[in-house]
Amino acid sequence: MAVLLRPPRRSCSRITALLVRSACVLFLVVVCAASAARRDVVEGNNDTSHHPLTNSSAHKKKPFPVLSFNYDHVRKPFEISLWILLALLMKLGFHIIPTVSTVVPESCLLIFVGLLVGGIIKAIGEEAPILDSKLFFLYLLPPIILDAGYFLPIRAFTENMGTILVFAVVGTLWNAFFIGGMMYGVCQIEGAKLADVDLLSCLLFGSIISAVDPVAVLAVFEEIHINELLHILVFGESLLNDAVTVVLYHLFKEFSHAGTVTVVDAVLGVVCFLVVSLGGVLVGAIYGLLGAFTSRFTSHTRVIEPLFVFLYSYMAYLSAEVFHLSGIMSLIACGVMMRPYVEANISHKSYTTIKYFLKMWSSVSETLIFIFLGVSTVAGPHAWNWTFVVSTVVLCLVSRVLGVIGLTFIINKFRIVKLTKKDQFIVAYGGLRGAIAFSLGFLLTNSEMKQLFLTAIITVIFFTVFVQGMTIRPLVELLAVKRKKENKGSINEEIHTQFLDHLLTGIECICGHYGHHHWKDKLNRFNKAYVKKWLIAGERSTEPQLISFYNKMEMKQAMMLVESGSAAKLPTIVSSVSMQNIQPRGPARRRAIPSISKSREEEIRKILRNNQQKTRQRLRSYSRHDLMLDPFEDLSEVRFRKQRVEMERRMSHYLTVPANRQETPQVRKVCFEPEHQVYTYDDSDSTRGPRSSPPDAVSLLSESPQRPSRRGDGELRAKDEQEELKLSRCLSDPGPKKEEEGDG
Amino acid sequence: MGALQSLPGQPQYADLAEKTGFSYDQIGVLHKRFNQLSHNEETLRRDHFNDIPDLACNPIRSQIIEAFFDRRNFRQNGEGTVDEIGFEQFLVVMSHFKPPSLHITDDQREKIRKEKLRFIFNMHDTDNDGTITLEEYRHVVEELLSLSETLEKNTAKSIADAAMLEVASISMGHMEPDEFYEGITFEHFLKLLAEFEIESRMNIRFLKMDTTTLCK
Repeated sequence: MAVLLRPPRRSCSRITALLVRSACVLFLVVVCAASAARRDVVEGNNDTSHHPLTNSSAHKKKPFPVLSFNYDHVRKPFEISLWILLALLMKLGFHIIPTVSTVVPESCLLIFVGLLVGGIIKAIGEEAPILDSKLFFLYLLPPIILDAGYFLPIRAFTENMGTILVFAVVGTLWNAFFIGGMMYGVCQIEGAKLADVDLLSCLLFGSIISAVDPVAVLAVFEEIHINELLHILVFGESLLNDAVTVVLYHLFKEFSHAGTVTVVDAVLGVVCFLVVSLGGVLVGAIYGLLGAFTSRFTSHTRVIEPLFVFLYSYMAYLSAEVFHLSGIMSLIACGVMMRPYVEANISHKSYTTIKYFLKMWSSVSETLIFIFLGVSTVAGPHAWNWTFVVSTVVLCLVSRVLGVIGLTFIINKFRIVKLTKKDQFIVAYGGLRGAIAFSLGFLLTNSEMKQLFLTAIITVIFFTVFVQGMTIRPLVELLAVKRKKENKGSINEEIHTQFLDHLLTGIECICGHYGHHHWKDKLNRFNKAYVKKWLIAGERSTEPQLISFYNKMEMKQAMMLVESGSAAKLPTIVSSVSMQNIQPRGPARRRAIPSISKSREEEIRKILRNNQQKTRQRLRSYSRHDLMLDPFEDLSEVRFRKQRVEMERRMSHYLTVPANRQETPQVRKVCFEPEHQVYTYDDSDSTRGPRSSPPDAVSLLSESPQRPSRRGDGELRAKDEQEELKLSRCLSDPGPKKEEEGDG
Repeated sequence: MGALQSLPGQPQYADLAEKTGFSYDQIGVLHKRFNQLSHNEETLRRDHFNDIPDLACNPIRSQIIEAFFDRRNFRQNGEGTVDEIGFEQFLVVMSHFKPPSLHITDDQREKIRKEKLRFIFNMHDTDNDGTITLEEYRHVVEELLSLSETLEKNTAKSIADAAMLEVASISMGHMEPDEFYEGITFEHFLKLLAEFEIESRMNIRFLKMDTTTLCK
């Protein structure tokens, strides 16, 4: 705790101190509550024992209790809420301290806090809550998996499906048998006092410890932002190896009671694996389709749309667990299946709700898991055996490295984009173990071996999370591994992605073999022709992907404009290119500056100066109502300003007299009004493209006070001149381009 | 690979293999396919491509077929189109889709990237003037959306316009109000798709086994 109190800035130390103090207060409350509960029970007993006595005698009137204490009533929800609150306060605290959170991954810090809390509780002498397997598998794990599955990048996942499956299935099997076998060998060593651990128990242990954990991988890889390929390889493997783990675990558990394994059992094991994985996927897909179908009809009850997504997914998980199928795979399949159709059907707000709720729940779950892991470490009975633990850690690393290298060698023969040595290293190094291994170990029947196993599992988890988790970020930077590129949502990239898909499908047809792209294309066409009609409401079922992408992008840009508009800032226009620059022009482009005599110019200026006074009053009536009706009020205002900006830039080009040329237009109030008689412009220039027009004339009304004055004394005169110049520019301006209205 | 009547001898293959980078097996398979498509004639014409039934439901079919007859893709710095192609040109066009091998230098990777992007650029630039104008780009988007039933011309146009605006913004940065962005040149195209990783995406797995008898 002293470490937490020593950050450099005073304010941070104050906030941290405050947080730590509040945390201590919370602890004390918990402890008091726990002991109060005991007291309450005792008092209750006393009351009941006295009651028959008082009843028999005359009713003595007791004074009305103004304030009473009844903790038992709310005990369970109170404690749960308190724990969650504590966990989140800790999480909050870490992000306030800047230095620690950049070096140490969050999962490490949370485990550390859990250790502290566990230590405190044990020191007080209370019973610490442990990571109950039921709690973990039914309540804490599903949100994380659903969050991962719902937002799984489908394209990357399906392109690398073969690789991921090989790593998940073959890799996990290799790990399990290698570790199990070698541990058995280690146990036979004289002097290790492990002679009573038989082969099947070792294999059971191997199967528990071999699986890469999705929670830990997510927690660590989220923070290092490596490229999509590596992320999806490790993460996909951690998800898909659940089926293997489930089967191996149950298999060895059954056999360790029976004692022997026959060939029939092995064959049944393989069959079981297929049933578990495919069955899980099937259950998930059914629920996913049901969810998508339901969402088709929710247009009148938008408020409960997110609930359907959550409940169908959770039901998929529970239904799979009923049959001992792989719940994780079922949950992933449900999310993947549901998402494209649900997103086409639900409102934007529901989409946001789903996104944030999933992120919130998974964040809370993750935090609680790591803290409980720390608490359970302190609480549980341990049986430390140096040989066993150290050899477990070493063997885990060795088997992981060997497995990855061996499998990559085989996989690279079938991949177009081969995995380099750097990729292999990251994949091997990212094989973290986590809470699933712990919970599986916890489910074992109580025995001396269980404690031995649990100790080793916890040590491996700590080692991978702390050592590998902390060092992976500097290693990634050291090896210069490609990082995740920012997804700018470029319409060009989307166009070319689609173009490339069709191109490659076509080339495959010409080449004469049915490859990857051919089947994908067939699936897409099937999807479009039949499935979408059933599952998507209304006319969106026939909307091509390019159009929905474009609409989404427009929506995003509109949102961005609204947000920046409400902050009274101009949107950051990166370049000054606008629609006018790319519209095709007529063959002859003539500058529409008429050559007029000086006296005429003077006359025109006088007219304009007079007009200026009149149009000032007309500003209000033209400021907003002439623009098209927009759902976002601020959006129109900002677009208005944007048009003004462009107008200014165009006008500044037609300088007839050299003057202060401003880089950024400072005029605040410009309005457009249709006064055609001011203009003498070439008719040929007016046909420039089909756009709706804002009113044609421009009048300046007030200058912004912040204009940078380059000359000191003649400033006022310069201002006046500038105004006139701008007005005269209006004269020579051939007319504003017809601006295009935004498509929705 | 059985004995085929019109199979050229090994020396000819060696020449082709060196030019295009395919292996002998792959060239053999592709030659078989060539003969199948051209009905054992010496050259392929456009109507031979139209006979492929699977290609009929591809929205950019005509552009793909045109790419085979475009001299710019024959790697001989030619221009214009031809009406029929021989096996060598067929192979050269196909070689644009070969995946890069594992151990290549960065320069070679860059060269391969440029080649593949050049192929796509040529597909877009139909009038062969070295730039993709707004009209041509609009045509590309319209073709992509041509299979959807509810095609609105305006939507296709606005997508193409937005895309063009993006290219102009990325390439030119700052433009005066009356400057006109002529079209996407090849350099701008390269800049636009700099992060697209085309060398790993624009690839076909060319088999060494003969599966042409399975497909039409």
